[in-house]
Amino acid sequence: MRQQYHQSERFTPDKEMQACGLFGVMDTTGKRFGGDMAIKAIKNMKVRGNGLGGGFGVYGIYPDYQEYYAFHVMYQDRNQAAKRMVEEYLKQNFYVIYDEEIPTDPGVNVFQPPLVWRYFVSPPPRKKGAEEHLTDDEYVVNKVMFVNINIEDAYVFSSGKNVGVFKGVGFPEEVAAYFMLDKLYQGYLWTVHSRFPTNTPGWWGGAHPFGILDWTVVHNGEISSYGTNRRFLAMHDYYCTLYTDTEVVAYAVDLLMRKQGLPIEVLSKIFAPPLWDAIKLMSAKEQKLYTTLRMVYAPLMLNGPFTIIVAHHNEMIGLTDRIRLRPITAGAKGDLVFLSSEEGAIRAVCPDLDMVWTPPGGEPVIVRLNSKDHLLSTNKSI
Amino acid sequence: MYSFQLPEFMIERAADRCIRCRVCERQCANQVYSYDAELDRMFIEEKNCVGCQRCVVLCPTLALNVRPRTSDYRPNASWTRDKMQNLKKQAETGGVILTGSGNDKPCRIYWDHLVLNASQVTNPSIDPLREPMELKTYLGRKPDAVKITRCADGFDVETESFPNVAIPTPLVFSAMSYGAISYQAYLSLAAAAKELGTLFNTGEGGLPEHMRREFGGNAIVQCASGRFGVDADYLNNSQIVEIKIGQGAKPGIGGHLPGEKVLANISETRMIPIGTDALSPAPQHDIYSIEDLSMLIYALKEATNYAKPVSVKIAAVHNVAAIASGIVRAGADIVAIDGFRGGTGAAPQATRDNVGIPLELALAAVDKRLREEGIRNKCSIMAAGGIRCSADAIKAIALGADGVYVGTAALIAMGCTLCQKCYTGKCNWGITTQDPFLIKRLNPELTTQRLVNLMRAWSHEIQEMLGGMGINAIESLRGNRDHLRGIGLEDWELNVLGVKGAGE
Repeated sequence: MRQQYHQSERFTPDKEMQACGLFGVMDTTGKRFGGDMAIKAIKNMKVRGNGLGGGFGVYGIYPDYQEYYAFHVMYQDRNQAAKRMVEEYLKQNFYVIYDEEIPTDPGVNVFQPPLVWRYFVSPPPRKKGAEEHLTDDEYVVNKVMFVNINIEDAYVFSSGKNVGVFKGVGFPEEVAAYFMLDKLYQGYLWTVHSRFPTNTPGWWGGAHPFGILDWTVVHNGEISSYGTNRRFLAMHDYYCTLYTDTEVVAYAVDLLMRKQGLPIEVLSKIFAPPLWDAIKLMSAKEQKLYTTLRMVYAPLMLNGPFTIIVAHHNEMIGLTDRIRLRPITAGAKGDLVFLSSEEGAIRAVCPDLDMVWTPPGGEPVIVRLNSKDHLLSTNKSI
Repeated sequence: MYSFQLPEFMIERAADRCIRCRVCERQCANQVYSYDAELDRMFIEEKNCVGCQRCVVLCPTLALNVRPRTSDYRPNASWTRDKMQNLKKQAETGGVILTGSGNDKPCRIYWDHLVLNASQVTNPSIDPLREPMELKTYLGRKPDAVKITRCADGFDVETESFPNVAIPTPLVFSAMSYGAISYQAYLSLAAAAKELGTLFNTGEGGLPEHMRREFGGNAIVQCASGRFGVDADYLNNSQIVEIKIGQGAKPGIGGHLPGEKVLANISETRMIPIGTDALSPAPQHDIYSIEDLSMLIYALKEATNYAKPVSVKIAAVHNVAAIASGIVRAGADIVAIDGFRGGTGAAPQATRDNVGIPLELALAAVDKRLREEGIRNKCSIMAAGGIRCSADAIKAIALGADGVYVGTAALIAMGCTLCQKCYTGKCNWGITTQDPFLIKRLNPELTTQRLVNLMRAWSHEIQEMLGGMGINAIESLRGNRDHLRGIGLEDWELNVLGVKGAGE
């Protein structure tokens, strides 16, 4: 990830604003299942999107290639020159194990579909020059950012192992039909997003989920602290190319969890910190923790209304802003745990829920493989 | 020598209102008024009038009217009144033209060309009367990252933090020294800071020993080129230690408190003999380079056991961004930038009106540079110099400041009318004077209340505007230039400010 030079902040493009619907479902035993639930649930929240973007993140999707990074690369306007450049670049920097066009259903009518190709790649065991000491993950992030920033008309949708992002312009169920998600793929964790952009025409790269490595983020809301967040991340060499709130969230997650190794519970308290008045009433130990977090990570507080579902392998986290200006509901049935913008969407796919609860603002719902950690959030729920 | 100067003000007295109570005569330290008992008549010496309006405000029958002279030199856009008067003054005295307060020239005030954002539809605005609205600010260096480990009962913070000072609102009183201002004014600032939980700045004149215990917890103590009043006890009775390199009103030059003002208390506080001039050299004579500055920063940290943030205050000058970056790398925890509209008790007018650059541009440039170098978190930025209202303060924060120094505005709250005659020591409002008769005019209790009211009012206004933007904590606005737009600005100005034009 590298910083791009702007003569002045003034020339950074406007960010886009949007409202959205979110849904996530995970089987905590790791059992894989099809996309039917995700598709049906998001269809149930049709009014939360306006047909200008929908997308899915699927975990456990490529068990046969699980040790390779799976790149989903979109070529805008089916640009063959961009494809040649990307493939040349991949060849130079990775072993490309296998590649193919992601199958689509030509019978589904979507808006200006780009060419979407997937590559299973492996970083060289010995990296060259300045990158010699990078971990595989850092190496992959650098290469993905290079493609996104420097190769016109090419954009990497997803880049993690055993995870795939499918997204595009249209209602999510149309995107699902186009990529035939219900027929071709299975995963143990599905996140889905329906988009209602208010100021940008649909662009396939602008749809959610937004992903880097095996991290994906779907997000609803407008982050009023965007400028502060973006400029802080720029200091850590995360250069925002898409100008969406969601991108900021994804980079912040990457910085805090992957690079700085903070636990997910702490991350949620950085994004949605407790009020100073609440901190005052805590134990000395908690006071120290929260004061330090608020002091040091003040520029990463997400202010304004938001709900996010952040996922990576084995974990899915739902979080809403600290004064809960956007809705989130959680539900559970057996080993399945749901997160959704609306309870109705959960009930539509699972009418006989064991339990359903609304976590308070700033309180994360953490769904972990082989655990019941998600129930911790019920303590404070409404 | 007969003076060729025209009086600056004209005074009209409504004869039918005047009751010859002689309040005006007693109130005016400039001896404008005199009373002839035989004639039962008030006489006026207009050339002595500085236009401070004290007599007008205190006249019980509102009989007085003081206004700029209407019959004046022939109007001339090039040879203005100000210029001509100064020429005559210099011809008569051969001296440097002195003045007080901040630059009063009509240079562009960028605050007035910046507008704030508000939420509409896509995110809700927040009502600070019904919802929490946090202004709490931490001043000081922040680590790059915090290491946290999971333990049995939660999480342990492994990283040791740098010393930081919490203030409940990002507003802090500017440096005004005891000596430049009266004890009453100084005490009022300290007491108001204490009541508000925020900070006042001692300036370079030390902190009287009897105030240290009570007000040290709210003090930023300055260590300036004269080193007046600096000892270990002074440094340790503080929240922040500030090295004063420069002042916005007079970048590149020092200070001079005339011996007449150095009375017993001031002499004791400044640690100099009674009646001696207190001369602050232009540079600090142990700082001729950035590495020298670093040595002083660490000397002060040693002296305070690394328990207090060290601030470095500089005037906004042409290459302020590079200088600020050097200061942070030299080990400063706070950089205070004083713009060219900052106030002063005394400065040569040529310097005050012609040296330095506007705070707004300097602040934007410093914030940008520190971010480009990846060291913005290593310091807090204090913005000073010409912050006139809460809107200026919130715009400064959106441009990148952590906190704002309030100086002139606080003086005005005390009664100051910006007559710019602070250097004469004859302040009729009892602020910039040591005359025992004049200082009694300032009641510290009432003045404290005025200052507290002012800061509370500003804080409420900041909360109101913050809520309008859909933000409920001040840190989410810091450096958030997306919430600013420029109006009536040139391209290059928008570029330096890093702000889009309105509608862009």
